[in-house]
Amino acid sequence: MQKSKGLMSWVDDRFPATKMWEDHLAKYYAPKNLNFFYFFGVLSLLVLVNQIVTGIWLTMSYEPSGDGAFDSIEYIMRDVEYGWLLRYLHSTGASAFFVVVYLHMFRAMLYGSYQKPRELVWIFGMTIYVVLMGEAFFGYLLPWGQMSYWGAQVIISLVGAIPWIGEDLMQWVRGDYLISGITLNRFFSLHVIALPLVIVALVALHIIALHEVGSNNPDGVDIKAKVDEKGKPLDGIPFHPYYTVHDIMGVVVFLFIFLSVVFFFPDGGGYFLEKPNFEPANPLKTPEHIAPVWYFTPYYSILRAVPDKFLGVVFMGLAIAILFVLPWLDRNPVRSMRYRSWVSKSALTIFVISFIILGYLGAKAPTDGRTLVARICTVYYFAFFFLMPFYTSREKNKPVPERVRMSH
Amino acid sequence: MNILRQNLLSFCVFLLATASVGNLYAAGGAYNPYIEPVNIEPQDKESLQNGAKLFVNNCMGCHSLKYMRYERMGDDLGIPESVMKSSLMFTTDKIGDQMRIAMSEDLGSKWFGVTPPDLTLEARLRGADWLYSYLINFYPDQSRPFGVNNRVFADVGMPHVLESMQASMTEAEFKNEMRDLTNFLAYTADPVKLERESLGRYVLLFLAILFIPAYFLNKEYWKDVH
Repeated sequence: MQKSKGLMSWVDDRFPATKMWEDHLAKYYAPKNLNFFYFFGVLSLLVLVNQIVTGIWLTMSYEPSGDGAFDSIEYIMRDVEYGWLLRYLHSTGASAFFVVVYLHMFRAMLYGSYQKPRELVWIFGMTIYVVLMGEAFFGYLLPWGQMSYWGAQVIISLVGAIPWIGEDLMQWVRGDYLISGITLNRFFSLHVIALPLVIVALVALHIIALHEVGSNNPDGVDIKAKVDEKGKPLDGIPFHPYYTVHDIMGVVVFLFIFLSVVFFFPDGGGYFLEKPNFEPANPLKTPEHIAPVWYFTPYYSILRAVPDKFLGVVFMGLAIAILFVLPWLDRNPVRSMRYRSWVSKSALTIFVISFIILGYLGAKAPTDGRTLVARICTVYYFAFFFLMPFYTSREKNKPVPERVRMSH
Repeated sequence: MNILRQNLLSFCVFLLATASVGNLYAAGGAYNPYIEPVNIEPQDKESLQNGAKLFVNNCMGCHSLKYMRYERMGDDLGIPESVMKSSLMFTTDKIGDQMRIAMSEDLGSKWFGVTPPDLTLEARLRGADWLYSYLINFYPDQSRPFGVNNRVFADVGMPHVLESMQASMTEAEFKNEMRDLTNFLAYTADPVKLERESLGRYVLLFLAILFIPAYFLNKEYWKDVH
């Protein structure tokens, strides 16, 4: 015991190990009323680790070339010991990542976690989301199946919609006159090195910024406003052990659901692994219906809803970009939806419903009726943000309690 | 109580919305009235062995199973190596080889207008029901080069290879044979399915048991938080 204490102080004199442990875990005070929606942060981290670890092992057997990519995936699925498990953990993990990240973002919107002083937490988080979309897009080409190929074809062709320089830019992105092994290799490089590095760095920034200001909570009450004589928040409890034991429980439940998919429904009904991807990429044969993976479909819907291709790209970009300025669009001093009026509550509810409808429509072939619905939802999507400064500054809030309330 | 209700409500909105999309998503793909469910049994070794025999004898002249190895197939389907070598492999093949064919892609393309595809993953590309329905839905059509057409795959380039076999048995017998063939192709498309599901049961059981101490640990720590 004495010896380990000696060792710890030896380390602490040279590296802030104990300080970091206390700042981020043992003496990081989190509100005691965090609920179900607060599991999705730690679950995002868990899925990130899963993606990195399985990705490292997949890279050992994957071959990034036009001739070898598809075959190497089947080699992993059949000849590599437990290669199928690594691959399904990775492919299911991609979808799981977006499930938990979308729920995590919804939580922030529900309880106003992006509001002052957490604007940077939100912006780092949004940046992670954007980079994650890139990561998913680059990774999706790697199996070199028909949908991989043609999905990438559609998205890269959006670059071509940019006036004047579009065509040249598109060729520069592909590195070839069409998507080829060259494109595959650069996507591979970005997928396994560049973007994972950026994501890990951003996650560190996201957590450092969060721990600087402290976690928000379902009541949106600032727990640092009421402290005891030692300066410890009255409604705060140390993250460790309270939330570590709490999160273990959440992680077990999440793993149960996640691994049920991995072991019993790895195709996810054709939405996690799409059927056309069981056929190798063929530049001469366009699939009947090209749809992006489910987590991109809301934006794909917005793209198609706009009659002009270039404007479609602009609006698609804007749909994501506008989320960055959410902290400044919301003028309501009350954070949590719990104490806001029906106006904010219904605005958010309809927004979530529109987003899901857009997601559904983005996976389907367009018809006149569907396009009309997509347009209505697109208008609502933007109205939600653009009208926010007006309706949030005028609504009649309910009284906010001084201290947080426990739900049990 | 009020807070609990609000939490539940917001979560229900999410679940409901997601679930309804899930339902709608399940549809899709072109509708064809001739596609019927096949109800294969991946555990039925006899059916799989018969399917393997049918495939090697009738299909493998033109269609490879290039991701499948003879040895793996023999092991999974319970076919001894001696039987594999004597009746399912060419003498030049080695037991660890992939199930490739001698016909070149160019020749196939020349003879049939299109290269006969490798069928290892066909059951995951098209679905087992589609495969089965395709196999039982050839009909005479003199306007086509081989005098046959297909109700599930219109103007298909493939001749009705099993025509004489179909003529030699009752409809029910033929359907049964095609069911075995489909079962076999579903196996080659996803050979790890049975192992995956049996391992999955243990993993989920472990997690279900692990939840009990996790739950009580959490409860113990949180009992003094009010």
